[in-house]
Amino acid sequence: MKITRRRLLILLPAAVVAWESVLAGTPEAAPNYKLTEHWWGMLLDIDKCIGCGNCVRACATENDVPDGYFRTWVERYHVSDDDLADPVVDSPDGGKHGFPLLERGGKNFFVPKMCNHCADSPCTQVCPVGATFITPDGVVLVDKTYCVGCRYCIQACPYGCRFLNSKTQTAEKCTLCYHRITKGLTTACCEACPTGARQLADLKNPKDPIHAFLRTHSVQVLKPYMATGAKVFYNDLDGSVR
Amino acid sequence: MTRFKDFEHLLRVALVFLVGAVAFVVVRSILVPRSFGEYGHYRGNAIAEIATQPIVFAGHQTCEACHCDVSDLKSKGKHVTVNCEACHGALARHAGDPTTVQPPKLDTAVLCVRCHEINGARPKSFPQIVAKEHSAGVSCETCHQPHSPLIETGAKP
Repeated sequence: MKITRRRLLILLPAAVVAWESVLAGTPEAAPNYKLTEHWWGMLLDIDKCIGCGNCVRACATENDVPDGYFRTWVERYHVSDDDLADPVVDSPDGGKHGFPLLERGGKNFFVPKMCNHCADSPCTQVCPVGATFITPDGVVLVDKTYCVGCRYCIQACPYGCRFLNSKTQTAEKCTLCYHRITKGLTTACCEACPTGARQLADLKNPKDPIHAFLRTHSVQVLKPYMATGAKVFYNDLDGSVR
Repeated sequence: MTRFKDFEHLLRVALVFLVGAVAFVVVRSILVPRSFGEYGHYRGNAIAEIATQPIVFAGHQTCEACHCDVSDLKSKGKHVTVNCEACHGALARHAGDPTTVQPPKLDTAVLCVRCHEINGARPKSFPQIVAKEHSAGVSCETCHQPHSPLIETGAKP
């Protein structure tokens, strides 16, 4: 086909439109989901956690988390009566296969850990390439295509919730099962928790039971002095937990 | 006012700057994705892309759509807080194709002790046993129905 001046004038706008659609990229995945109507967090009830490791296994299954790394894990605290400030913490394989029985006195309890989805997260502030961000609905995510694997965010997280995926060489973390919560499901860890120790919470939803719970229980966040605006709330958290 | 002597030189430098500036704007508009900056200093489309990840755990609502008999039984028992996939494992594939994808057979010897074997760090109110002494090798479901585990007669085996 010979490109005449007339043909070129017709083809150019079509090419521009096509290029525009390439630049615009993929459309919205969950069309009924409105980003501005949610503000996600989670409630972790220490009184209910039995350290079964179901959450750790469920997370690994749902999100294909590599062996030896964790997006959520469970720690066992042992606080002796005479040394409240120095707890002994163990977490064999992240608590994935439960905890061996240890006969010891003092205070013993489990603490599930995960990304706190901070409203003012240190990890997103240090990212040099705009690969990690907090979404308008309050979830801290990583854009794998933008991450350059510099590990700055991994150092910045005060809760140790990030790791570098050795296969993709990009930073990885809990997404609060973003692919599930945007479709009206709860997270994999909450789904698998047998005692209801983990509860997904939508702080913008006035009907969410989290509001009544926060009013009537002694709830804390981890490392409040870091002013991260953490949104993972711990019920009955012991002072020795860090 | 006399005309500046080497005016053409300045014009050329200005032209080079102008071409550079235009090239920068054009190249930048091509390289930076359109959705960058839509919500903040990141690629807005990344949100939708992350939301497309496939689901592995179907969710108890999906299970209950078919297995309502089990959910009715469970709702009256002690295991009311235990969702289906906490024991049965991730079954979104089964929910998508119930006839060909069958859930794996469960072993109560492994499953029950995961939660109920005694461990000093578990809350005191949580029912715990020493499996060896409790049943002497008899499998759990001989006495306890897993979906409603409390034994009605009250006599503990």
